[in-house]
Amino acid sequence: MTEQSDRDRFAAYAHPERLVTTEWVAAHLDDPQVVVVESDEDVLLYETGHVPGAVKLDWHTDLNDPVTRDYVDGPAFARLMGGLGIARDSTVVIYGDKSNWWAAYALWVLTLFGHEDVRLVDGGRAKWIAEERPVTRQLPDRAPVDYPVVERDDDAVRAFKDDVLGHFGSPMIDVRSPLEYSGERTTAPDYPEESALRAGHIPTAQNVPWAKAAAKDGTFRPRQELEAVYEQGAGLRPGDDVIAYCRIGERSSHTWFVLTHLLGYERVRNYDGSWTEWGSAVRVPIAKGEQPGEAPAAVGAAR
Amino acid sequence: MTAALDAIRDEFLALGQRDRLLLLLDYADDLPPLPERYGEHPELLERVTECQAPVFVVAAVEDGVVAVHATAPAEAPTTRGFASVLAHGLNGLSREEALAVPDDFPDTLGLAGAVSPLRLRGMGGLLQRIKRQLRATPA
Repeated sequence: MTEQSDRDRFAAYAHPERLVTTEWVAAHLDDPQVVVVESDEDVLLYETGHVPGAVKLDWHTDLNDPVTRDYVDGPAFARLMGGLGIARDSTVVIYGDKSNWWAAYALWVLTLFGHEDVRLVDGGRAKWIAEERPVTRQLPDRAPVDYPVVERDDDAVRAFKDDVLGHFGSPMIDVRSPLEYSGERTTAPDYPEESALRAGHIPTAQNVPWAKAAAKDGTFRPRQELEAVYEQGAGLRPGDDVIAYCRIGERSSHTWFVLTHLLGYERVRNYDGSWTEWGSAVRVPIAKGEQPGEAPAAVGAAR
Repeated sequence: MTAALDAIRDEFLALGQRDRLLLLLDYADDLPPLPERYGEHPELLERVTECQAPVFVVAAVEDGVVAVHATAPAEAPTTRGFASVLAHGLNGLSREEALAVPDDFPDTLGLAGAVSPLRLRGMGGLLQRIKRQLRATPA
């Protein structure tokens, strides 16, 4: 696709400023306002060669608290950002492997801390490589900066288990594979270690595997196609209050990005506890099979 | 433990976290290509489902010593590094020596901080499958 057709596609999205093209990244490699960040599933992929000047952000070792199942707190986030040379007003541009699956997760965590200007590189790492753009193993020489300590805001875009229990009647999107959704398996294909004690899905959740939002080359599908998937397909309506979940909240970050920034839904939360919490929690309602199932009558009893 | 595995462990532990990751990258770069016969017979390779990336491994006794062959895509350097560490550490051992390697060898490399404990489980899965294949190999 050409740069112009990408721009036309972006223009139809609700918040086109949240996406940049690989071409844009190539033109801003020396822009001091811009910090390019790579965030991958594979912790070594950045080291094999990255966009020149890009810094690395790892979801396991950087963004997650090492003890509590939670994200890092304000002081740790400030140290992390400052250490990478990211200022509060920097334009952070994130790319990654697997159609930006982990890049979207990093973007969502930056959103928890209210970092204002954070964007994804459409097509991610694979597109940059496919276009034979330069990569290097040389680490960037970025001077640390002061990043303010900001309290994480867990209300706007994050949902907890109790929020989900109170959400029946409003739409939920389960972005896992159909076999995880139906309950034939408790883990994602290829991810047997991240398991749960029960299989199935949260009752009433519609199954829209996250990758339906991505084209073959990892770029986001045009708005009309996204509307067909989420609105005609899964019954969402603009204005809906939506919770998305998957297994640990990474794939659903991708869907959160699509609903929030590409389709313009203003109230979308990512349930990062996701199936690894729900599928192991005691007395929460679960539906099996391919149908969403009914909302439980007395959810309070499960609390 | 054997001299080769001890040496690999000491090599990792002598480094700081950042350099341990780079050493793992060296191993990933150094994963030997599959012998041609496996390219023609991919069914001889076992898929390691504990790893997030598609990795295939086969362990056999060739000329009286252990030979581990593995393959994983370039987009999965961590998995390539895990397979390479095990191949370098196990190849050339006797079958009994390899079977005596503790299952927690991956946990002794000091990599939990650099790659995360969850990811490190993939290496444990690789080692267990290698040992299981060796157990099934006639002595």
